[in-house]
Amino acid sequence: MNWQWFHRLGSPRWFYQTTERWLPWLYLAALTILSVGLTWGLAFAPEDAKQGNSFRIIYIHVPASFLALAGYYIMASAGAIGLIWKMKLSYMVMKAAAPIGAALTFVALVTGAIWGKPTWGAYWVWDARITSMLILLFLYLGVIALQYAYQSVDAASKAGAILALVGTVNIPIIYKSVDWWYTLHQPATIKLTSAPSMHPDMFQPLLVMILGFYIFYALALIVGTRSEILRRERKTGWVRELAAAEVRS
Amino acid sequence: MTQQFNSGFSAWLKRDLVLAYRRRGDAAGPLLFFVMVSTLIPLGLTPESARLADVAAGMIWVMALLATLLSMDALFADDHRDGSLEQLLISPQLLPMPILGKMTAHWLITGLPLTLASPLLGLMLSLPAAGFVPMLCSLAVGTACLSLIGGVGAALTVSLRKGGLLLSLLVMPLYMPVIIFGSATVGYALDGLNWLPPLAALGAMLAASVALCPLAAAGALRITSVN
Repeated sequence: MNWQWFHRLGSPRWFYQTTERWLPWLYLAALTILSVGLTWGLAFAPEDAKQGNSFRIIYIHVPASFLALAGYYIMASAGAIGLIWKMKLSYMVMKAAAPIGAALTFVALVTGAIWGKPTWGAYWVWDARITSMLILLFLYLGVIALQYAYQSVDAASKAGAILALVGTVNIPIIYKSVDWWYTLHQPATIKLTSAPSMHPDMFQPLLVMILGFYIFYALALIVGTRSEILRRERKTGWVRELAAAEVRS
Repeated sequence: MTQQFNSGFSAWLKRDLVLAYRRRGDAAGPLLFFVMVSTLIPLGLTPESARLADVAAGMIWVMALLATLLSMDALFADDHRDGSLEQLLISPQLLPMPILGKMTAHWLITGLPLTLASPLLGLMLSLPAAGFVPMLCSLAVGTACLSLIGGVGAALTVSLRKGGLLLSLLVMPLYMPVIIFGSATVGYALDGLNWLPPLAALGAMLAASVALCPLAAAGALRITSVN
């Protein structure tokens, strides 16, 4: 098997130059799909029988929650790849993934709270899913804080990767235990977990929005990684040439 | 080979216990914190025993968690400062075993006294009689989990100047399953249910922590202690 592509991935310079060509397409795709999904969802999807127009926040809330969770695994996998194959690039991906994931988790929590007020009459309820999302936010913040605490880039990357991996082992345990804790407390009225059987007219724009968020996430991750590459490789020849060319033009 | 396993474990366990005995004042800190904070609860909440009884179990668990967290910082910090941690890292022993020894010593110095003092606090916070045995059992198992998981955080932050606060931030989310099952054990007993299932879940967590936490802490120490 040809492993050349894999070894190439280890080179920040190769990544920087290749993604340069992808960026315009990603911007275009993210912009188009997100605006189509938003217009469809916010303007054309039918109104909900019980919740009226307030349900439309689902088109932000659900994709953000999806990516918040997936983003943690992306971050932890990048950290694991860095620890195992000692790839500089994957540490940069990990560092870029942490703030994006934290922001998406925050968006999911805030939109959930805004949605909660009209539907259940309270901004915050100690429900299993909300609580575990809050814990996920704390895990993200821990990884970010640990990376900023170290002076040495190498130690910051590796320590962050270990913490992200410990978190990965813990996430299923945390989720199960919070779920279990919630059933123990016997909630009074609110039921979040009953799966809503959505009408296709409402569901299709949601799928478009999820796809759009995935592309947006990829875009944000690439842009973040690129700036991290420039920061960490600022003393190398090719970055200096790049900067010199920028100054000349 | 087994001899080598044991020597690393028991030598460091004994060393940490002896050190703690010589600095008894430091070792008593978490316990004093545990007892003193419990006087704040009636002051801040209510002195009524009926209402105190409702929150007693959860409060004792929260305070035990905070007291453990407070002492976690010192697990590797002193050894890092005087250089014995470096000696440990370059020694031919398997690193996780001495670390497990240090974590066990930490539990014997903080977790066990907290567990033994908890009936006293239960009495002061008017915990119903049915809750005492489950509380002792859950604290004994749970504080061991706390020492092991916290050890990973301590290893990650050992060389940082303000590691203590960061350590709490890192470790707190990882502690949540422990406190859920710990206070559930007492809660089940108070409701007259079988309290062994949550205790068993806590035991499973302890088993997983014994197996995994020393490995993670060893990996973390190799990275962080050189910087």
